[in-house]
Amino acid sequence: MSKVLIIGEQTGGVLGQAVGRVVACAKELNASEVVVALFGAGDLASAADAAAALDGVTRVVTVDNPANDHPLAALVAPQVVALAQQGGYSHVLGSNSSFGKDTLPRVAALLGVPQVTDIMLVLGERSFKRPTYAGNAIVTVEVAGDGVVCGTVRSASYPAVGNGDKAPVEAVSLDVALPSHTRYISQETSKSDRPDLQSAPKVVSGGRGVGSAENFKIIFSFADKIGAAVGASRAAVDAGFVPNEMQVGQTGKIIAPGLYVAVGISGAIQHLAGIKDAGTIVAINKDEEAPIFEVADLGLVGDLFQLLPELEKLV
Amino acid sequence: MKILVGVKRVVDYNVRVQVKPDGSGVALDGVKMSVNPFDEIAVEEALRLREAGKATEVVVVSIGPVAAQEQLRTALAMGADRAILVESAEACQSLTVARVFAKLVEKEQAGLVILGKQAIDDDAGQTPQMLAALLGCAQASYASKVEVNDNSMRVTQEVDAGLQTIDVDLPAVISADLRLNEPRYVKLPDIMKAKKKPMDTLSLADLGVEPAAALKVVKTEAPAARGGGRKVASAEELVKELKNKGLL
Ligand SMILES: Cc1cc2nc3c(=O)[nH]c(=O)nc-3n(C[C@H](O)[C@H](O)[C@H](O)COP(=O)(O)OP(=O)(O)OC[C@H]3O[C@@H](n4cnc5c(N)ncnc54)[C@H](O)[C@@H]3O)c2cc1C
Repeated sequence: MSKVLIIGEQTGGVLGQAVGRVVACAKELNASEVVVALFGAGDLASAADAAAALDGVTRVVTVDNPANDHPLAALVAPQVVALAQQGGYSHVLGSNSSFGKDTLPRVAALLGVPQVTDIMLVLGERSFKRPTYAGNAIVTVEVAGDGVVCGTVRSASYPAVGNGDKAPVEAVSLDVALPSHTRYISQETSKSDRPDLQSAPKVVSGGRGVGSAENFKIIFSFADKIGAAVGASRAAVDAGFVPNEMQVGQTGKIIAPGLYVAVGISGAIQHLAGIKDAGTIVAINKDEEAPIFEVADLGLVGDLFQLLPELEKLV
Repeated sequence: MKILVGVKRVVDYNVRVQVKPDGSGVALDGVKMSVNPFDEIAVEEALRLREAGKATEVVVVSIGPVAAQEQLRTALAMGADRAILVESAEACQSLTVARVFAKLVEKEQAGLVILGKQAIDDDAGQTPQMLAALLGCAQASYASKVEVNDNSMRVTQEVDAGLQTIDVDLPAVISADLRLNEPRYVKLPDIMKAKKKPMDTLSLADLGVEPAAALKVVKTEAPAARGGGRKVASAEELVKELKNKGLL
């Protein structure tokens, strides 16, 4: 039987969408306990309630500390290590969010154990499948030794669990010296009322073919019409059409919407790595030879500036 | 200040890798190998810091087979001062690599380490954070902008929500993201000059590094193939298809 500690994420009291996905993965570990830990300053109650309601969670612990106001890997990692050791956990999991990917390796190194990145399938308590080479080679790995198993869970591989029985919530205070070498300064987030790219059931992405930030309006407008989130290729982000958080791919966000519409995107392997688990992929590209058509379920050859307004009228 | 930069030899990013039929790994024979693209960005950033007078020496390090000398030469041709190859015929995983870097930081008295945020072969994305943990120092991952002040750095990081700015005290480990800079092109005379630059070869044992507990790779397989799709003739047909599937 395993005992799983999950590093939960919350922003301003709102539980991160990935927590339910990590719980889904943890449930496959033959777990007797699945504990979600939340780190923050002051406002953890509603996130804790949401985590406690997730099916399969047996307990929620909150670590309220002014130092956790904007959780940073270097400060959260030693707290996770303290929880893991005090609680005798067999597994420590987080999501493959930027925070999870930043924090878990630090936790693993402090514990002196290897870490499994991007768990996509659980084969056993210490055996997993994970993607390498931009998802073009899937490896089965076994975690050697008998140390704690640390891993990040590939959100796109796990639908979130629903709600179940309410688990108890416990506030803990940890006696851990936190380093002062890392200080939060600021965060820049473009406010958007659109659906969240990582969890939206529909996503429309634009690439270099869109041509400019101004032209991206055509993508936003179509996405709004069908209620989709908006993503982009690296080329579109590099060119400054849209901000970095919209990048989809091997080094951007890895998503699994039911519908993915790639507009003016050629289909480089690094981009495809981010959409392999999408339900239906639609490609709109003026080059009928573009590699995106090799993976698209439905392809439409033509000029996006003509086709998108047409589609918008038809839906 | 001395900067250590990691340079990993990986399959070139343009190569579509093939999984070997026996499941023992990916086919590497005759495949083009290059510097991991994120490491190239890391080298570039170190050079810019040196050129701006913020650093005195850029030392590039690769942990891998003898053939990784080729990638180290590329980094020297870009402008690095010196190279260290920590030779290991067996591929080393993140925690072992982090241990090697920790030893080298101590040996070289480096004030800053810049590594790529991930290697595009194993896509693990762990070494910088593990190294920072072992050194007990700050980590600034996914950097898209860095600014060195006296004893600290201000780093803008690419995070899921957008951009986050943090201050870290030196020594620190920075991991380079795609938009940190655009690496320079290497010119022929630089390649000639690079041949004369010093390159040391060490072993794990020379550094007193024990390989860490690792992940045992049991099997490698190709991903599930997506069912082939088809082209539609018009916007009308596309909308009709999507409505039939209940997607619109
Ligand atoms: C280390 C590394 C990591 C990377 N990570 C990522 C990643 O995470 N995500 C990612 O996306 N990329 C990533 N890339 C970049 C990737 O290799 C490609 O360069 C990038 O995806 C190309 O973006 P694109 O398809 O928008 O541009 P292009 O390849 O230039 O394609 C533009 C497409 O638009 C079409 N087009 C142009 N005009 C029109 C029009 N009027 N109507 C219709 N179609 C039109 C063209 O036919 C073309 O197919 C990475 C690369 C490296 C080296």
